[in-house]
Amino acid sequence: MRVVVDAERCQGHNRCHALAPVLFDIDDLGYATAAPGSVPADLEAAARLAEANCPEHAITIDP
Amino acid sequence: MNRPPVTDWTADFDHLDPTFVADPYPIYEQLRTDCPIAHTDRYHGVWIPTRYEDLAAIAHDHHHFSSRTILVTDRPESPHDLGFHAPPITEDPPYHTDIRRLLLPVFSPKVVADYEPITRAMANDLIDGFITDGGCDAATDFAQHVPIKVITRMLGIPDSDHAQFRDWIHRLIEESPIAGDATFEAIFEIGGYLAGHVDQHRTSPRDDIITHLLEARMPDGRPLTDEEILGVCILLLLAGIDTTWSAIGSSLLHLATNPDDRRRLRDEPDLINSATEEFLRVFAPVTMAREVIEDTEVGGCPMRKGDRLLLPFPSGNRDPEIFDRPDNVVLDREANRHFAFGVGIHRCLGSNLARMELRVALQTWLERIPEFTLTDPDAVTWSAGQVRGPRTLPFAFTAG
Repeated sequence: MRVVVDAERCQGHNRCHALAPVLFDIDDLGYATAAPGSVPADLEAAARLAEANCPEHAITIDP
Repeated sequence: MNRPPVTDWTADFDHLDPTFVADPYPIYEQLRTDCPIAHTDRYHGVWIPTRYEDLAAIAHDHHHFSSRTILVTDRPESPHDLGFHAPPITEDPPYHTDIRRLLLPVFSPKVVADYEPITRAMANDLIDGFITDGGCDAATDFAQHVPIKVITRMLGIPDSDHAQFRDWIHRLIEESPIAGDATFEAIFEIGGYLAGHVDQHRTSPRDDIITHLLEARMPDGRPLTDEEILGVCILLLLAGIDTTWSAIGSSLLHLATNPDDRRRLRDEPDLINSATEEFLRVFAPVTMAREVIEDTEVGGCPMRKGDRLLLPFPSGNRDPEIFDRPDNVVLDREANRHFAFGVGIHRCLGSNLARMELRVALQTWLERIPEFTLTDPDAVTWSAGQVRGPRTLPFAFTAG
């Protein structure tokens, strides 16, 4: 599993980083990018939670 | 100001009607079902979309819907035309984009984390002031002061003028639909007050937001004008206080009157993050506004250039199409795409700060005052206008 952040949609709500800090990096302006690599098995639930809480629908999960 | 009471909410909506101020949620429910994009002739004509998807679509469409009007008032002019600029919230791209970028780093998650211990100490100080009394007004003795102390510290101005801030907020945000000229007099009074503080910072720079604004440069290299700096400061002072005050107060009121949730949050402190989001969803304080700048259509309703809209995010947050059990507080709700902070390019600049303040205020309160009750439900009062929260909350607890 991988997480993808659509930079065009992200508005810096920061919900993904709060729910799964290992999976999402936040820049100085507050915008998110997906951390490199695939999602460790024990963080798959956190990845789905991040996806389900993004108000901008900016996160997708690539299974 | 005598306004006739509303008898038909679908055709004659009024967000200052006492019935609405006391409990807006059944009215929003009726509108979402019967008339999801309502219109009223009051306040020179206002559209009221109430479904989540329509609110999200409008908030994302800054080509048709401008932020030049973010307050619905009884004046025919846009606040912009009366000299109200509080960038970035009152602005549109491309200017909005540039000035917002200067402010985003000031409210980044990292900066907000640095303020958490300070906020916790401030909340504890406030509780020290009344815990031996066995009771307090949680709205005016506690909830109000947490955001005032934090934002004045971040800006670099004294928090001792809080009574004055409260008066300005009341006139500008809560009374603005009916206050007429007093609304805009308040803006100029705030500007005058802040100008003195900006001048002091010019001669003696400090590590705060006013100094940051004085040193900031727009993409073309120019510094901000005095008007821009004052406008930003007005925004941060007003938007940073009333909103968070409301969210803290509503959340404490829920906990005072719902002993099961109070005990659960105390016994399961790890729930605080999802509980904070849930309180923000259910008790979202802010209703925004927009002005149509190019003819368009939403849900079959033709909107013409110059038309105004209210954007009641609190209604979208209780839309049953999006949220299961929308009127219930579910402390461990997992999927929660609420828009208490709006969506799109105007996402609340201070959302990370507000979340932290709300969470820390609730954590600190529950640690210090684990059991508390509302002494008189009839004594609770609510703000009117575009920010909703309790303004009187008589609580009792065991003196500590």
